[in-house]
Amino acid sequence: MRLLLELLAQGVQMFLVLLTAPLLLGWTRKVRARLLRRQGPDLLQPYRDLWRLLCKEPVLAENASWLFRVAPYAVFTTVWIAAALVPTYATGLLFNWATDLIALVAFLGFARFALALAGMDVGTAFGGIGSSREMMIASLAEPAMLLVVFTVALLAGSTQLSAIAEFMLREPVGLRVSLGLALVALLMVAIAENARIPVDNPTTHLELTMVHEAMVLEYSGRHLALIEAAASLKLVAYLSLVACLFFPFGMVPTGSSPIFYPLGILAWIVKMTVLGTALATFETAIAKMRVFRVPEFLGGALVLGFLGTLLLFVSRVL
Amino acid sequence: MYGLAFDVAHLLAGSMVVASFVLLYQDRITGVLNVFAVQAIILAFAVAFQAWFQAAPHLYVTALIALIVKGVVIPLALHRIVRELGIHREIEKVVGVGLTMLLGLALTALAVLVVLPVTGGAGRIGREDLAFALAVILLGLLMMITRRNAVTQVVGFMSLENGLVLAATGAKGMPLVVEISTAFSILIAFIVFGIFLFRIRERFDTVDVHALERFRGD
Repeated sequence: MRLLLELLAQGVQMFLVLLTAPLLLGWTRKVRARLLRRQGPDLLQPYRDLWRLLCKEPVLAENASWLFRVAPYAVFTTVWIAAALVPTYATGLLFNWATDLIALVAFLGFARFALALAGMDVGTAFGGIGSSREMMIASLAEPAMLLVVFTVALLAGSTQLSAIAEFMLREPVGLRVSLGLALVALLMVAIAENARIPVDNPTTHLELTMVHEAMVLEYSGRHLALIEAAASLKLVAYLSLVACLFFPFGMVPTGSSPIFYPLGILAWIVKMTVLGTALATFETAIAKMRVFRVPEFLGGALVLGFLGTLLLFVSRVL
Repeated sequence: MYGLAFDVAHLLAGSMVVASFVLLYQDRITGVLNVFAVQAIILAFAVAFQAWFQAAPHLYVTALIALIVKGVVIPLALHRIVRELGIHREIEKVVGVGLTMLLGLALTALAVLVVLPVTGGAGRIGREDLAFALAVILLGLLMMITRRNAVTQVVGFMSLENGLVLAATGAKGMPLVVEISTAFSILIAFIVFGIFLFRIRERFDTVDVHALERFRGD
């Protein structure tokens, strides 16, 4: 009975992220549109888009290999697992022993790898350019992400997300400049990884500036639906990660009664709304960078991550 | 209490290192000047905190000097010089930002690794301040090497001096006389720099110091 309840809680977590992901996307679009004094699409529009795409049959290029057809499923599955592993509303869930930060980076890295291969599979120029740019961004974003992981892991003594969240909830963390640096670095990585402005524009179809969109240009129908769903899940994963590592207030700690779970879910939704609003505000306030400036942007994230680790090292040694 | 005091000192000194990195990274001249002002203000807070922590009232004077002279007067004067030279919109071509940042990281790590073992006997806050002060000094030197524009080289020098003040206040018992004389020497250095800037510009129509290398003295 207990196992069943725990499975249920884990299932709630998995489907919570899956079902709210398009809503978060709709929310950021709505906020962005309102800030630009436009009416903006309905909050539920991303769901309708996904449904429309799911109903259409995919059109495949003649020379598309099996890889092209498999990639959307692989991407969707790995990103969904990654998003479901990040603790959202409680830290004591059944599969929390598996929520390792490095594993999370690996899952997201695999999804990106599969998508980049698929982008090059058909052999169009756009797919190739998108893949090469995506890998360039990733090769800089991943080390920065890992440095953030090291900082947090050094502090909490574990790379397990639930353990870190518990540590942050329990310990009086105090003024920690390295945590602040890690937060900024993680936000920069999240912006780059989710193809948001200023690194990439998720709504653009202008050839010169496309990165993510160029890579998935050949996809249609349910394949495209899966890729779009994966993109929104990735956003949820990163924002949940930020919330879980740096703002774990309201999360239900291990060992408390499941009655508190709805409260935890409510806190999570509030956090997602706030972070989504902040993201949309930031995007409206800033212009997109040239692609060649992106390495500098991510280099900044790398430096901040490294400085965070270094400062933490100093305060640890002393 | 001691933990929180250490955290505050750590936060302030760490922010100074971060500001040094931003100085290295920033390529707009007005941006560089603003970041320099921010660094000086952080320095003033760090010194004021040391004054409170060590119960050494003369350090408040140092903090006030840092705040007024380096946080307000010098940045404003530099802004004016830059505007009069007509280079306030200029974007400096920093040679290889990535390489510079990597060098900066290596220097910071070096500073930490050198200072921490050497200063075994001192208190926690003093050691930590010394390590970050050395990092700020080295980053200021690096900035002076990598920049081509004479104005940003001056900023590198001033930021180096910020590191010196941080180091001096972290170590207990620096007399006020020393502090005041450094402050004055900095002011005089600044005036000399200002005159030199205009002389260089008059002579070469630019403040790019590479023009000086080709000059054979005719």
